[in-house]
Amino acid sequence: MRQFMKYFSASFLFISMVITSSIAIAADYKVGFIYIGPPGDHGWNYQHDVGRKAVDEAFGDKVETVFQENVPESADAERVMTQMALSGADMIFATSFGYMEPVLNVAKKFPKVKFEHATGYMTADNVSTYSARFYEGRTVAGHIAGKMTKSNTIGYVASYPIPEVVRGINSAYLAAKKANPNVEFKVIWIFTWYDPAKEADAAKTLISQGADVILQHVDSSAIMTVAEEAGVYAFGQASDMSAFGPNAHLTAIINGWAPYYVKKVKQGMDGTWKGAEQTFDGIGAGMVIIGPLSDKIPDSVKKEAMEIRDGIASGTLHSFTGPINKQDGSPWLKAGETADMGTLLGMNFYVEGIEGDIPQ
Amino acid sequence: MDLSEINFAVLVASLIVASTPLVLAALGELIVEKSGVLNLGVEGMMIIGAVTGFIVGVETGSAYIGMMAAAMAGALLSLLFAFIILIMQANQVASGLALTIFGLGIAALMGHPYTGIKSPQISTISIPFISEIPILGTMFFQHDLIVYLSLISVLVIWYFLNRMRAGLILRSVGEDHDVAHSLGYRVVTIRFLAITFGGAMAGVGGGYLSLVRVPQWTEGMTAGAGWIALALVVFSGWRPFRLLIGAYIFGGITILQLNLQAIGVNINIALLSMAPYLATILALVVISMSRFRGNRGAPGCLGRSFVKIT
Repeated sequence: MRQFMKYFSASFLFISMVITSSIAIAADYKVGFIYIGPPGDHGWNYQHDVGRKAVDEAFGDKVETVFQENVPESADAERVMTQMALSGADMIFATSFGYMEPVLNVAKKFPKVKFEHATGYMTADNVSTYSARFYEGRTVAGHIAGKMTKSNTIGYVASYPIPEVVRGINSAYLAAKKANPNVEFKVIWIFTWYDPAKEADAAKTLISQGADVILQHVDSSAIMTVAEEAGVYAFGQASDMSAFGPNAHLTAIINGWAPYYVKKVKQGMDGTWKGAEQTFDGIGAGMVIIGPLSDKIPDSVKKEAMEIRDGIASGTLHSFTGPINKQDGSPWLKAGETADMGTLLGMNFYVEGIEGDIPQ
Repeated sequence: MDLSEINFAVLVASLIVASTPLVLAALGELIVEKSGVLNLGVEGMMIIGAVTGFIVGVETGSAYIGMMAAAMAGALLSLLFAFIILIMQANQVASGLALTIFGLGIAALMGHPYTGIKSPQISTISIPFISEIPILGTMFFQHDLIVYLSLISVLVIWYFLNRMRAGLILRSVGEDHDVAHSLGYRVVTIRFLAITFGGAMAGVGGGYLSLVRVPQWTEGMTAGAGWIALALVVFSGWRPFRLLIGAYIFGGITILQLNLQAIGVNINIALLSMAPYLATILALVVISMSRFRGNRGAPGCLGRSFVKIT
């Protein structure tokens, strides 16, 4: 027992040394990242880590990056960011919506440190926010889904009823409906971003009710695994997930944070970085990337999908172009009109044709 | 909203899959409690089973070997508990809670390099002839081996407890360990065995989660299943068949709630998510109130430490 305790305390010491040494920083410019989950999730956090590595590569020895994974959206986040700032970080990327309050609190204490907060809406003199127009990617995915479904039923596993998710459902539905007028959407809300068991159950349910293409706005790859087993199609979320369903995977809506991270770190280094800025970029700026298209998609559909992607990128096409009615039939956009920023950011209604209600 | 869109045969089949981890873990705990020990560490043993099963499954490429490793890991962790409460005479409630916390932590550590990896598959076994019966076949006879095993273990455990001498001895140890001891039964050994069995069953339940039901490893993926298993044991009045019914009601409402959402039923989703817990409690309360009044089946020495009188 004593021997065991010796080993135990020795390994404990070692681990704590590794952790502290990974937080202590020593290059010219220091950048910290905090993640809500493990970078090995092959989804949301993985892509932020890809962005971090791009910063490493772009600046070599001049910049040192550190990251902390599995940081809860609570006072823990505040502690972790404070620790990073104390050990000399010049810029901190907080990569989940729920870090909003902690970021603002820590930013107040360290006015010289620059903060970048993903998907939030509150800024300060040293806090900027950034988010991606994921709904643009969903227009492309929706089109492919509409063309690929044989049962005309598309399943959608949704997380929380917040504007970002509602926007995605509407955008995918409009594109699918345009590609295939008979299409019907079934939506299941599971009230979590990451719970493989729940996601798998929801996907199985949708498949049992006839859905043969599944879209998801939750983070794990469980749905892809289920789709592969059931012989239906699905789309990768945040990252390419084809490893989990080589036959099921049609394409992925990939989050491309790398260009933004490199740009912002550069601005931080040469002093041109500004606080209180809100970035909301899409396919055009490379923040939303359509992954490789599966061989299962016919060439004609591939071509259409690429045209939609390029149209959105160049600005000739908009995901929400009128005429569009709201679910209750009241008009929203007139013919040719496109959605304004305010409505997009606060979207809390389904468009006409989607059945069911958004949970309140 | 169109109820005919719900395929009830598939619904029943998937509720069985969703309930199987609960059935396995709760059956194990039932034996443990029948021997007079309250092990609140089910959640911890399940998650250790889930992570070990997944790791071994991935490394060996065989989900069955993974499942066996899951059983062993659960049993190993339960041995720690057995040692603490049987030899060191520690408080069972506190030790069980510690086991859960310990299990969750160490599973997160072990599973860290294995997030986002695909596990080997367990194929379903369709029982010849009867699996082709139109609706019943889809419901009951096209499952994987573990589901059949869980159903068989309900039978075996019922038979063991009610028709076998060994089962009688186990129960007598749980009812009054002093009397059992004075009759010459080895209370500590019997409890050791019961706890180990409970650990192995919880481990398999966890392994089923990570290898079949999801199949993936995620930190904290048992998400309270161990606690539900514990509650099922109590509500079932320590009876294997009622336990099975309780688990299936729980799984059934969980799956039904997803189905209702998908066909667009306009019900508050918070209520729907709460429904499995409510329905299970309600059903088991009703069962235990009606027929077997007064005989709840709680072992007399449940949770009490055994001190040998020499």
